[in-house]
Amino acid sequence: MAAYTLNINKKKTKIDAEPDMPLLWVIRDVAGLKGTKFGCGMAQCGACTVHMDGQAVRSCQIPVSTISKKAEITTIEGISEAGTLHIIQQAWIEEQVPQCGYCQSGQIMSALALLKTNPEPSDEDIKGFMSGNLCRCGTYERINKAIKKAAKNLKA
Amino acid sequence: MSNNIQRRDFLKSLGLAGIGLGIGIDGFSKTSSLVKVKPAFFSLEINPFIIIDNTGKITLVNSRPDMGQGSTQAVPSLLAEELEVSLDQVTIIQSDGRSKYGSQLSGGSSSVRGLWMPLRKAGAAARELLIKAAAETWKAPASECYAEAGKIIHKPSGKSLGYGQLADLAATFEIPKNPKLKDPKDFKILGKYNARLDVPDRVSGKAVYGIDVEIPGMVYAKMVHSPKIHETIVSIDDTEAKKVKGVLQVMKSERAMPHTRSEAVAVVASNYWAALKGAKALKVEWKAGTSTLNQNSADYFAKMYEEAKKPGINHEEKGDFDAVYHAGEKKLEAIYETPFLAHAPIEPENATVHVKEDGSVEIWAPVQGPDGTLAEVSGYLNIPADKIKVNVTLLGGAFGRKAYLDFVLEACDISKKINKPVKLIWSREDDISQGPYRPAMLSKMQGVLGKNGSPQALHHQAVGESILGQVFQGLQPTQADPWLGEELSQENHKYGFPVHKMSYSRVKTTIPIVWWRSVYASNFGWGQECFIDEMAHQAGKNPLAFRLDLLRDAPRFKGVLQMLAEKSNWNEKLPEGKAKGLAIFRSFDSISAACVFVSKKDQSVKIDKVISVIDCGMFVNPDNVKAQTEGNIVMGLSAAIKGGITFENETCVQSNFHDYLILRNNEMPEIETYAVINEEKPGGVGEPGLPPIAPALGNAIFALTGKRIRKLPLNLDEV
Repeated sequence: MAAYTLNINKKKTKIDAEPDMPLLWVIRDVAGLKGTKFGCGMAQCGACTVHMDGQAVRSCQIPVSTISKKAEITTIEGISEAGTLHIIQQAWIEEQVPQCGYCQSGQIMSALALLKTNPEPSDEDIKGFMSGNLCRCGTYERINKAIKKAAKNLKA
Repeated sequence: MSNNIQRRDFLKSLGLAGIGLGIGIDGFSKTSSLVKVKPAFFSLEINPFIIIDNTGKITLVNSRPDMGQGSTQAVPSLLAEELEVSLDQVTIIQSDGRSKYGSQLSGGSSSVRGLWMPLRKAGAAARELLIKAAAETWKAPASECYAEAGKIIHKPSGKSLGYGQLADLAATFEIPKNPKLKDPKDFKILGKYNARLDVPDRVSGKAVYGIDVEIPGMVYAKMVHSPKIHETIVSIDDTEAKKVKGVLQVMKSERAMPHTRSEAVAVVASNYWAALKGAKALKVEWKAGTSTLNQNSADYFAKMYEEAKKPGINHEEKGDFDAVYHAGEKKLEAIYETPFLAHAPIEPENATVHVKEDGSVEIWAPVQGPDGTLAEVSGYLNIPADKIKVNVTLLGGAFGRKAYLDFVLEACDISKKINKPVKLIWSREDDISQGPYRPAMLSKMQGVLGKNGSPQALHHQAVGESILGQVFQGLQPTQADPWLGEELSQENHKYGFPVHKMSYSRVKTTIPIVWWRSVYASNFGWGQECFIDEMAHQAGKNPLAFRLDLLRDAPRFKGVLQMLAEKSNWNEKLPEGKAKGLAIFRSFDSISAACVFVSKKDQSVKIDKVISVIDCGMFVNPDNVKAQTEGNIVMGLSAAIKGGITFENETCVQSNFHDYLILRNNEMPEIETYAVINEEKPGGVGEPGLPPIAPALGNAIFALTGKRIRKLPLNLDEV
C-alpha cells in the first residue's frame, strides 16, 4: 500500500492503495464515489469515463501511481454544484435519455469533454467522439439529441 | 413479536406516519380480487400493495424490478390514474420476493400486461372508498363528490378533504368488489407523456445499482470459472495469488446453474482490484467433464443441419402439409441460421450476500425476479424463505441474463464459507465467456405457391436446443417445445396459409442458454420473415402486397403494415444503389413491423435508416414505448450484423467488447419509431420491436443486391 493525494472534484483526497490500482477502483471503492461505473476493464465500453485536466479518460486504464498530484480529476459527481444539475444533465433529462442509466455517467463525461473543445459539433463529430461509449439499451439517438441541445444551451 | 409492534415496525420501515387505508391484491387470478388490509392487522404477513397513511402519503409496492424498461414509472402510473393523484405523489418501494406480491419477475414484457387491470382496480377501489368516507363526513350523497389531485371534492359546496384526512374512515368500509374503472378517454396519465422521475438520479451518478451496494464489513470476491464451463478441478496452486496484497482467501467454490453445477475457485480480497489480480495469478488445473455435448459451435451446427433433414415433432398442423408440398408446383425450401448471443448488460452480474451466523441471509442484487431469488437461495442454502431478505437494486441492463441466478448463488456459497458479507462481481470476461446465451437455432422453411403465385402452404421447422429442456429440464423427448408456439403458431402470426405446419427438432448442447430479449422470436423472426419475402419474390409480388393479402383477416396486422408503408413511403421507387426491405412479427401480444433502408457504399452495404411501427394496444407512456423501440432497433441491429458467440475446443472464443461487438454510436442509422393508437388490451413493449429488425435488413439487402442472406450474423462488407 502507498499513500496518494489526489485532486478529485476540487477536493484533496488522501487515499491508500496499491500503486497499480486503476483510478476507477480508487474512485469507486476508496473514495466512495459510485457514479463512475465498471463495464469492461479494458477501455472498450467507456462506462468508467472521467476527466483528467478536462480530457475524457478511461479510468479503468490509469494506475493510481501514474497520476500527478496536481491533475484535476472530475467525476460525474463533480460536474455540478451539490443539489444542482449541469446544463448537459438537464439536456439528458429533457431528452429522457437513460433507460437503465448505467452507462450514462460515462456518456455524459465524454459529451462534456467533446463540448469543451468543440462547442458546436456536427452530427459526425458527435458520433465519432461518442463511439467509445457503449450503450446496451440503445440510447444513442437520444444521447446525440441531448448533446445538440446542451451545445445550444451552453452557448446561450 | 406482537402484531402491534410488527405493524409499527413495518410502517416505520416504509416511512409512513400512521395507519390509514391499505389495499392488497389477492393473488393474481384473472379476477384479481381486492382485499382490505385492516390497519389493526398490518403485519409483514399481509399484502399491502397500496397504503394511504393519515398524512396522505401514498406508498405502492412495485413488484417489477426496473432494468431500464421503465417499470418504476409504468407500475405507479396504473395506480395513480385511477386514484386521481399525480405520479410524484406516489412513493414506490420494491417488493422483496414474498409470495404475497404475486409474480415479481420482470420478463416476457409482462409488467404492464400483467398489472394493468389489478392495479387500476385497486386504485379505483381506493378512490371509491375515499369518496364514501368524504360523503359520510359531509352527510352528502357520494354522487356529489369526486376525486381530484389527492383530494375528495364536494361539487356543490366546493369543500374538500385530503386523502390523508379520509384514510382512517375509508379503512372501516368494505372494499367494493367491482369498482368502476375510468373510461380510457378520461385518462390523464395513461397514454400520455410523463417525464420519468428516476431520470435525474440516472444522470447524476446517484442511482444505486447492485454493483454500488456497500455493507459494513464487506469483502470482495472474483470467481475463477471453468474455461470449458463444466469442468472439475484437479488442483489449485494459489501461491502467487496469495502474494497479491489484499487477497484474503482462495477457496474452492462452485457455480450453481439452474440445471447443473460446475466447480470454481473464489478469490476473496479486501478490494475488488486485489481480487481481480489474485484471480489472474491463480493457477488451476481443470479436468474436462465427460458429459459435454455439442459444445463446439461447428459440431452443434453440423448436428442441427443434419436434424433439419429429418422430420421434427409436430407442434401444430393444419391440412396435410407433406402431401401438399409433394404435389405442389412451385416449391421453396431454405434454411435460416441464427447464432448464440451474449446479453452483455453493461452492469456485469454481481451480488452482495451476507449469510449470517444466526442462520438468516440478506441479499442485495440486481435481479429480474426477487421471488425466484428467494426460492432459489432458500433451496440452495437449505434455509427457510422467511429467514432470507432480498433487496432488489436497480439493474444496469439485464435482457434476460439477470433472471439466471448463478451469480447470486455463488455469492451465497462464498459468504457462507467465510462468515462475512461479500460482494461478488463478474468480470466482463466472465459475462461474455460463461453464458448463458441466446440459443443458436435453425429455421428450416418450406413453402408452396399456387399457379398464379397464391400462397398455399407454409412449414416452419425450428431446430436447436430448448430453453425449457435445458434450463428447466422440463421437455419430454416426444414433445415439441411449447414456447415455440407462442411465436410460430398460426394463431399468433396470422398468416392465412390454407395449409400450415410448425414442427420442432431438439438438438442438445451443453453450452448454457437462457432467455434473451424477445426469446425465440429473435431467432425465428429471421427465418420466417425472410422466407415470406422469398415467397413474395417467387410469386412475383410486392413483399408488402403479398403480406397484406395473407393477413387479410388480421386487421391489426394490416394496420401496422399500412402505417409502416405510409411512414416509409413504401411504394416510392428508390434511386439506383438504394433499396428497402420490411418485416412484421408478433411477440408478447404486440405486433411490430420494421422497414430498413440500405445503400451501396463501395464494396459494402450501408444501413441508412430504420423505421419501426408497433401496435402494443394501450400503453402507459408514449415516450417510453418510443425509447424501448429505439433500444430494440439497436439491439436488433447488433444481433444482425455483429459477431455473435462461438465455441471452439469447448471454450467460448469471445471474451470482452473487443471481440464481442455491439453497435456503437457512429454506426447508428437514422431511426424513426411510431406506435398505433387504439384501445386494445396492452401488449408488451420491451421486446416486440426487436424480432422484425434483422429480417427487414436481410430483405433490404436482397432488394439491393439480389443476394439472399440466410445466415446471421451477416457481414455488411461482404454481401
